Amino acid sequence: MSDRPLVAVVVFPGSNDDRDAAWALGSVGAEPTFVWHEETSLPGGTGAVVLPGGFSYGDYLRTGAIASVAPVMSAVREFASVGGPVLGICNGFQVLCEARLLPGVLRPNRQLEFVCADASLLVEVADSLFLRRCTIGQELVIPVKHGEGAWYADEGTFVQLAARGQIVLRYTADVNGAMGNVAGVVNEAGNVMGLMPHPEHAVDPLLGSADGGLLLAALVDAAAAHRLVAA
Amino acid sequence: MKATVLVRPKDGILDPQGDAVGHSLRKLGFNVAGARVGRIIDLEVDIADANAARAEIERMCGELLANPLIESFEIRLGDA
Repeated sequence: MSDRPLVAVVVFPGSNDDRDAAWALGSVGAEPTFVWHEETSLPGGTGAVVLPGGFSYGDYLRTGAIASVAPVMSAVREFASVGGPVLGICNGFQVLCEARLLPGVLRPNRQLEFVCADASLLVEVADSLFLRRCTIGQELVIPVKHGEGAWYADEGTFVQLAARGQIVLRYTADVNGAMGNVAGVVNEAGNVMGLMPHPEHAVDPLLGSADGGLLLAALVDAAAAHRLVAA
Repeated sequence: MKATVLVRPKDGILDPQGDAVGHSLRKLGFNVAGARVGRIIDLEVDIADANAARAEIERMCGELLANPLIESFEIRLGDA
């Protein structure tokens, strides 16, 4: 067995960044493995879970809604409930919100246009396990590509999340009409994170930025730590 | 029993799709102050009792058909 921490990448019908995610995770020290959405358990020794980008179930009903009730999500919920690190990227973020593992919901971009561009992000919180390799106020450049990325929550929830440090990443400019320019949030326990930008597309300076690698490497650190706790 | 679920964006929730539809209607010369776009789901459930069917469909709405953060729903029993 590999010394590299095992990171499960869930594959839904319509996921399309699963392979990029696996490649990027491998480049920062993980042993990635794919898990089909119909599985009812995660592989033994799983240290972290990634829900990748894409258009699960063709975005039918609402983005992420059908995937949020897929069989594998019971296993993901259980994994998260014992502190397992879970990262949702783009469609994965939408799935986690629909599964109510994360607060809020992702709505159609206010400009009604698909946005595909490098986004500048501000690190709001650095003690999150996903941002331990970053510093507060650090600016990251990570691409976004989505039509439904405007994060929304009711005002009371938004204020509460901000006070608790659960809003971890914000865009430096209005990208999609997201409330408070929110780009990424974590759950109250801090072990589940969702973000619209794609860190797996930013792990090599040749492709414009390696800032996404900071997030994924922190996830791999957390996967190694979780594996030790679980063992 | 047949039933229809109407899912609508909640009041006050930005509906860019509805805004675009309203804008296009105005461009066509129609006098439309606003448009909101929702979703219709026709169901056929194997429950004869109306109250039981309604309760079951409410559960469906809570678990999957609508997102209570942004959407309201209305259930109509029978051939709507």
